[in-house]
Amino acid sequence: MRGGWFRVYTIVYLIFLYAPIILLPIFAFNNATTVAFPLVGFTTEWFGQLWTEPALHKALKNSLIIAISSAILATSFGIFAARASTRYRFPFKAPLMGLIMLPLVLPEVIVAVALLAVLLGMGLNLSIFTVILGHVLICTPFAIAILTSAFQSLDQSLEEASYDLGESAVSTFRLVILPLVMPGIISALLITFTISLDEFIIAFFLAGNENTLPVYILGQFRFPQNVPVIMALGTILVCLSIALLATAEYFRRRGIAKTGGKDTGGFL
Amino acid sequence: MTSEKPTMIEFKDVHKYYGDYHALRGITAKIRAGEFFSLLGPSGCGKTTLLRTIAGFEGISSGVVMIDGKDMEGVPANVRPTNMVFQSYAIFPHLTVAQNVGFGLRKDPRSKAEKAQAVAEALDMVGLNGYGDRAAHALSGGQRQRVALARALILKPKVLLLDEPLSALDKKMREQMQLELIKLQRQVGITFILVTHDQEEALVMSDRIAVMFEGEVAQLDDPETLYRRPNSRKVADFIGTMNFLPAKILSESGEKVEVEAEGFGKITLNAEQVSGANSGAASIGFRPETLTILFEGQTAADRESMATVEEVVYYGDMTYYDIKLDGTTETMRLSMRNVFGRPVLDIGTRTRVAWSSGALVLFR
Repeated sequence: MRGGWFRVYTIVYLIFLYAPIILLPIFAFNNATTVAFPLVGFTTEWFGQLWTEPALHKALKNSLIIAISSAILATSFGIFAARASTRYRFPFKAPLMGLIMLPLVLPEVIVAVALLAVLLGMGLNLSIFTVILGHVLICTPFAIAILTSAFQSLDQSLEEASYDLGESAVSTFRLVILPLVMPGIISALLITFTISLDEFIIAFFLAGNENTLPVYILGQFRFPQNVPVIMALGTILVCLSIALLATAEYFRRRGIAKTGGKDTGGFL
Repeated sequence: MTSEKPTMIEFKDVHKYYGDYHALRGITAKIRAGEFFSLLGPSGCGKTTLLRTIAGFEGISSGVVMIDGKDMEGVPANVRPTNMVFQSYAIFPHLTVAQNVGFGLRKDPRSKAEKAQAVAEALDMVGLNGYGDRAAHALSGGQRQRVALARALILKPKVLLLDEPLSALDKKMREQMQLELIKLQRQVGITFILVTHDQEEALVMSDRIAVMFEGEVAQLDDPETLYRRPNSRKVADFIGTMNFLPAKILSESGEKVEVEAEGFGKITLNAEQVSGANSGAASIGFRPETLTILFEGQTAADRESMATVEEVVYYGDMTYYDIKLDGTTETMRLSMRNVFGRPVLDIGTRTRVAWSSGALVLFR
């Protein structure tokens, strides 16, 4: 009977997790302005309306600029940190790495408020740039976690073999290290991009007049007639997130398989 | 026998510290051009560190490392005339077999076709003809080993460094690769330096062996001398099996030493049988195969003693006996080749054993 109860528990748990998300596409295609059962009929009108919202397009553009910039910056910092933590020994390494990874568990509200206070204190205007700053801060630990797993599965004697065969440190990085950690880099780019794209709190505090997509979405809930359009937008975002995360995980695993290492990290 | 060969590598009082840890304690040795040389010792003795100082992966704290007459101080690994076969083989997993083997040819001015030809020849040399297009990560351990060899040898280095290359292979594969490596070394004539903790492997493969303990070379000799005339009890214990019996030196006169040993009585030894540099009481050492059990009607060529069989270990081609010589308290190991028609003795049997004073070594 024990197995039976666990099965029920698992099913209830999964429904609790995913039922709301499944409701998104259902109402996105429902031909009614209110989000309620029973369903009225099938329509793609809400998706069509997405194309006629200039404010949405502005928010989307902002979000993409922020997400792409944050992903590239966070991944670049992640490469340096992951390489340093896996290959070199230096004083206070453990506490330093701990401090870098801390934003992973810090409440975002606190990060956002603290950043806001500092930025305003410095007299900076809130803009896309300040959101990128905040997002790099919270994305970098994720990038480091993924890249550390990629660098750790890299056998150090591969680098030595490359030197031994006549290559310099720079050409070794290009010919040996980079190709082998590339799947990890792609995976880190995709995951940090996704995190930044979805992030609300920091964007809300630091964006000023430049709405990002999540901030725009919350704003739209003030207008009941816009809710089905948001459902349509949400549906697209869910599909996009799943696709990105799946691609990222694929690259991370392929990287580990390629270097013949053991799978020790990752989020999926 | 090979003393006319020029020196390829020379260590002059090489020291290496890792913080407070003294890893190499004054290594002075010469490795000759074209020889198969082994660095043998237990783990942590500094043999791999010494190998890595030749490759340039490890700097030295003081002393000189010379390759082919040139001081290697400040010469980085990528321009040294050495190539290495790593313990993990370090095959680049993202490249094919041919790309791995040709990795070191990137700056070679030869044409693409000539390089491809060189890669094919190198693969042929290690018995991997036609494997060029395979993915490197799909190879077996033995094949990786061969790719690593081809990749190192294609650059025609002056010295090939092998860091425990056979330790990851199973017994049969290992024995096969030992013979192949010996053949390969004779074929290419390059100086091979092998690091190993396996004394049998070192004896089988090497022209000369340096036995290392705790960062020092304890003895540097050819395998036969190392086995028959170890210069200390420690070396004797590490290479094969050696029995020891307490002894007392009675007199020394020029070339002769007179000794009284438990179980053997009074023996006269030549000076070359005396091994110095041991602390503590003197002892007589001998290998298991230098004692022979005498069966009915056989007589000893030199001397004989009585013994009791305490343990019998049968190996098919060989039988190992633990025996106690009369007048001794310690058990000795004796090995006999099994011959058809001759019985294996039972535990408790009283037997005569033959020995010769020429096979004994005195540790003092």
